[in-house]
Amino acid sequence: MTQHEIVGQLHAAFGERLGAWREMTGGSSYQRRMGSHLEIADPSSIRDLAFYLRDDPSLDFNNLMLLSSLDNADGTLSIVYHVESTRLGHQIALKATFSAEDASVPSVTSVWAHANWHEREAWDMMGIHFEGHPDLRRMLLDEDYPGHPLRKDFKEPDFYHGMKVPY
Amino acid sequence: MPEILERRMMSSSTLHASAPLHAPEMVEHGRLRTEEMVLNMGPQHPSTHGVLRLEVVLDGEVVVDVIPHIGYLHRCFEKHTEHLTYPQIIPYVDRMDYIAAMSGEHGYVTAVERMMNIEVPEKVEYIRVLFAELQRIASHLIAIGTYGLDAGAFTPFLYCFRDRETILEMFEKTCGARFLYNYMWVGGLSHDLHPDVLGMCRDFVKKSRETHREINELLTFNHIFVQRTAGIGVLDPQVAVNAGASGPMLRSTGVEWDIRKNDPYSIYDRFDFEVAVGSSKLATLGDAFNRHWVRMLEWEQSLNIIEQILEQYPVHDTTDVQSAIPKRIKPPVGEIYSRTETPRGELGYYIVSKGDVKPWRVKVRSPAFSNLSILPIISRGYLVADLVVILGSIDIVLGEVDR
Repeated sequence: MTQHEIVGQLHAAFGERLGAWREMTGGSSYQRRMGSHLEIADPSSIRDLAFYLRDDPSLDFNNLMLLSSLDNADGTLSIVYHVESTRLGHQIALKATFSAEDASVPSVTSVWAHANWHEREAWDMMGIHFEGHPDLRRMLLDEDYPGHPLRKDFKEPDFYHGMKVPY
Repeated sequence: MPEILERRMMSSSTLHASAPLHAPEMVEHGRLRTEEMVLNMGPQHPSTHGVLRLEVVLDGEVVVDVIPHIGYLHRCFEKHTEHLTYPQIIPYVDRMDYIAAMSGEHGYVTAVERMMNIEVPEKVEYIRVLFAELQRIASHLIAIGTYGLDAGAFTPFLYCFRDRETILEMFEKTCGARFLYNYMWVGGLSHDLHPDVLGMCRDFVKKSRETHREINELLTFNHIFVQRTAGIGVLDPQVAVNAGASGPMLRSTGVEWDIRKNDPYSIYDRFDFEVAVGSSKLATLGDAFNRHWVRMLEWEQSLNIIEQILEQYPVHDTTDVQSAIPKRIKPPVGEIYSRTETPRGELGYYIVSKGDVKPWRVKVRSPAFSNLSILPIISRGYLVADLVVILGSIDIVLGEVDR
């Protein structure tokens, strides 16, 4: 399926809960394919959407390539899902944007097991809470690390455990 | 009763005076009291290939659960990228997967070039693919060698490192560095190919085929090695795709999936090579042996690609390898997810540009990170001694896991 057909089918199935299709113009043909994304207007429907993407036979998105988090520096955070079907050979990206305060979205670990560690990393680095995640601990930093470093307003602490932080 | 046996029984009863053993009861199954035990493996442990801590829950010798703890080598790559320009990031990329730095660079520069829509000269593409494939062999040589070491075979390790040295020498001649190259730049390369390298490559391909045969005899079909690895750590293909496995880990389950074929980049569409997949004739699909076997096959396929490059290489092309490097590397506003096939699997970069000389966000999908997350799934139910073999078969590089 082409990306336009996929977007058409998703809009028909989810209606208002999805937003606009943001298509990249210019750039290489690869970027037009892998840089465009569909917006998710209602982040609370992410898990339903994920199950639909995986289980609908004409979509068959069995592979979550990457789950990334993003700080837009305007009080909102985003989460981006790059999914692909290894059998049908099509890809699409979906992006949900929500307020940075009490940032919380449904976990998709039950849909794609690959999301498990990437969601933990997004929690660790960006402070996004994932409802229904089986084991939401920090992934790379210490459990007692103050704050979430990849937020654009993060200030590095001067001292950590009584030790001066260099630079 | 012989005297010696009597004495031994006495001593054992005095040793366990607090909990006297009653021999007849011991053999009655079901009455044995078992208790789950938590064993800590790492972070300083030779078989963890770096600094990885595994919290292993054991029932006797059987692994009930494994909880990997990572982050000991975390160097804030993604935070650093916020403060660096696009070309300045390349040395940091080297330090992620330090076993296969060329492949990491190749993925990164491909991503930025796709954002800026840069056409790279043909000669540069040939050199890049040549070096990426040499790096793949070098990386697999380490994986195969240290895997033998994990299973108790020392000799193949030395053979592998001897051959790897030749590859590093070629890199050193061309760009001056043995491990961390900063060789591939956005739009070009830092240096032209050294004139000796093509000749060295020809000799290397011949020698490497010989080593490949030797390693197969010494290690792959060694009875002890097969006994240690066959049927261990079996991964189901459905689970593998769902959990984000890639590279040899995915292909060993019989799934024919290689970014070089399925989503071609650079000039890989010009070469004739096969996607190496696991074999159900040799062992169970998706087990530790097949992961090793896929690496052996890929080594051969990389040699095939290198041979084709040597035939096709534009020797008389005098294009400057830096001619396509833009004056200002400033991708237009937009984003991209770009992926390449490194020795460990699908290396993806999600880059968001706001039209600045520094990226807004770089997120890395490192194959070793995703592959390591499958470790708990494939090691449950096996013996603790097999855990080292299973971990070794994943071929992780902690620099890339922790970033």
